[in-house]
Amino acid sequence: MVQSETKLRKSKGPHVGLFVTCLVDLFRPNIGFAAVKLLQDAGCRVSVPAQQVCCGQPAYNNGDDAAARRIAKQVIETFADFDYVVGPSGSCMATLRKDYPEMFEDDAKWRERAADLSARSFELMSFLTDILGARPMPASYPGRVTYHDSCSGLRKLGIKDQPRQLLSQVEGLTLAELQDSETCCGFGGTFCVKYPEISTHMVSDKVANVESAEADTVLGGDLGCLLNIAGRLKRLGKPARVFHAAEVLAGMTDLAAIGEPDRKPEKK
Amino acid sequence: MQIASQQFRERASEALLDPNIRTAFDGLKTGFAAARARSVAALPEFPAMREAARNIRTHTLENLDLYLERYEEAVRAQGGHVHWAEDAEDACRIVRDICRKAGAKIVTKGKSMVSEEIGLNAVLEADGCEVLETDAGEYIVQLAKETPSHIVVPTVHKTVQEISELFYERHRAYGFEERVTEAADLIAQVRAIMREKYFTADVSLTGANFLIAETGSNIIVTNEGNGDLASMLAPVHIVTAGIEKVVPSLNDASALLRMLGRSALGMETTAYTTFMTGPKRAHDLDGPEEYHVVLIDNGRTKMLDGPFREMLRCIRCGACMNHCPVYLSVGGHAYGWVYPGPMGSVLTPMIAGLEEAGDLPNACTLNGRCQQVCPVDIPLPDLLRRLRHERWEAGFVKQTVRWSLGLWAWLATKPRLYRSLTRLGMAVLHKLGGKRGRFRRLPLAGGWTGSRDFPAPQGQTFLDAWSKGAKQP
Repeated sequence: MVQSETKLRKSKGPHVGLFVTCLVDLFRPNIGFAAVKLLQDAGCRVSVPAQQVCCGQPAYNNGDDAAARRIAKQVIETFADFDYVVGPSGSCMATLRKDYPEMFEDDAKWRERAADLSARSFELMSFLTDILGARPMPASYPGRVTYHDSCSGLRKLGIKDQPRQLLSQVEGLTLAELQDSETCCGFGGTFCVKYPEISTHMVSDKVANVESAEADTVLGGDLGCLLNIAGRLKRLGKPARVFHAAEVLAGMTDLAAIGEPDRKPEKK
Repeated sequence: MQIASQQFRERASEALLDPNIRTAFDGLKTGFAAARARSVAALPEFPAMREAARNIRTHTLENLDLYLERYEEAVRAQGGHVHWAEDAEDACRIVRDICRKAGAKIVTKGKSMVSEEIGLNAVLEADGCEVLETDAGEYIVQLAKETPSHIVVPTVHKTVQEISELFYERHRAYGFEERVTEAADLIAQVRAIMREKYFTADVSLTGANFLIAETGSNIIVTNEGNGDLASMLAPVHIVTAGIEKVVPSLNDASALLRMLGRSALGMETTAYTTFMTGPKRAHDLDGPEEYHVVLIDNGRTKMLDGPFREMLRCIRCGACMNHCPVYLSVGGHAYGWVYPGPMGSVLTPMIAGLEEAGDLPNACTLNGRCQQVCPVDIPLPDLLRRLRHERWEAGFVKQTVRWSLGLWAWLATKPRLYRSLTRLGMAVLHKLGGKRGRFRRLPLAGGWTGSRDFPAPQGQTFLDAWSKGAKQP
């Protein structure tokens, strides 16, 4: 792996397998394309293995370890041959990085393979800054944005400054820090539907902080949290728009924001 | 205490509708959590101290048998008595027998969460004792016939008005006819009542923040000094403590005390830190004639011998709950037993039983804040996830959840089928949600759409678009 990495860096840059994550795949492909663009701009060769589905976190966090291991093995096999595995989510990538090795504590062969994948797996924005030291191509987003630090990325992967560092280079963008930006938005995977009332209480706090930040846009690095925040904002009729930070960084915000109607009216 | 953890959902829903709970628990966030942050920021060596604290606890637990024996020996050498209790019933019986032997009519108590855990007050009261909590918070809770909603501040859920009303009603028995509403006046009433009781008590009962193997001492920390008075003035003093409370030396205790005050309340140290060692000696002016320690297992050795050992590092500071967005939303009573919040969601299944604890391990978003602020770095989210696994294996997970997750997990290992189904599903959802870009209602998604719109998918899945060579959807 080390050898091929050096070789590639000399020729075409590292070969990155995009772990698109199931939510982005299903709900917001734009984030996936934004990730591809950011990686390619930074000099990576990007492939998207068609065998990928999900990281298995829903099973693992619900206690179904056997199912989680089956899914993890599939991910480990699918992404065996890349220099790096990168995904636009702190939560999913923390599963690859932190949970996989733990899942195979009692299985020497798979533990080793999981550790190998873990060492090559990164969340998109931390990969761009910490590993590649990349400066994204100039993008512009005129607006006052605020940033929600999603919990897994923040606490399991130490993602805090990286997105801010990247966003500071976006033209026209002002970052207004969110009060309690490190407090959970109430998504929590299946938590939000298991305990909808508590989850609503938490996301309402988040929305109140968005309002007091007087931001017109909320950004974050995890689509789960963003769907939750956008869903609550829209239900309350609040105007703030919600994007994944990668969309802004890649200059791909022409698409309607999360939970907003299509910009172009549909053909009648 | 009756366990009601299986009703967490119902109790949480009720709490969410109570504006007093909202105000009270918000106060923890702006009060204790903010104070903790300030005191941690003021101390550059805090991370190093935290690591040292963690190591002290880990080392002690790895050698718990040794330190407990050493502690027992030290207590005996000072003329004290040590009793070993396997479970709650055992512990209550031991305390009751000591009280009977002392002919106790009045028992004064310092704050002790383990006494709540074993349900001690009810046992002593049934035996004819008047049991009086001397910690102001515990006293209020006792007077109102409630239970603590926080392990450090038991009355966090009560407003001053409620306490004023309660005192007005109940303190007439002590000759207080007037209604008082100021905190200082309320406390003055409690103090006056307590003073009397301290002198007439036959037995005093306290918990222990730490037990010191080196000296055979127990430490309690308070901000009211009630523990000192209770234990010094009654002829018999009984300490109830979990077996994990022991630490090797005074130095170790002091390292942990530095973490405790800061983590709990953002204080460098509590107003009182009391060291008690054995009964009154010949030349002592004060102190109890008899000194007993009841060391309580109640599920702890079982925890020691498995993947939940790390939970025994807990020093009961309450930082995890002060920072838990779920606890701060629903308050302590929703959890239905003695220990609420993240630490409680681990301890309740471990002590009261996996089934009895109901769904507590799932009442958490695994956001990790609790571990971040834990002074001894307990991996609470990992332990909660492990408990979810145990519940899954034990068959305590609802069939609907099992089936839907099982179906999804099966599909997740069939990429081709998954892709055809999701391609179709997302296209349909997109069409249905199209003009608004979101749904106000969606079948089977009531949990989400009850309070949130559901953003509609873009239409084509990423993998589909990618395979067709699209650069942009």
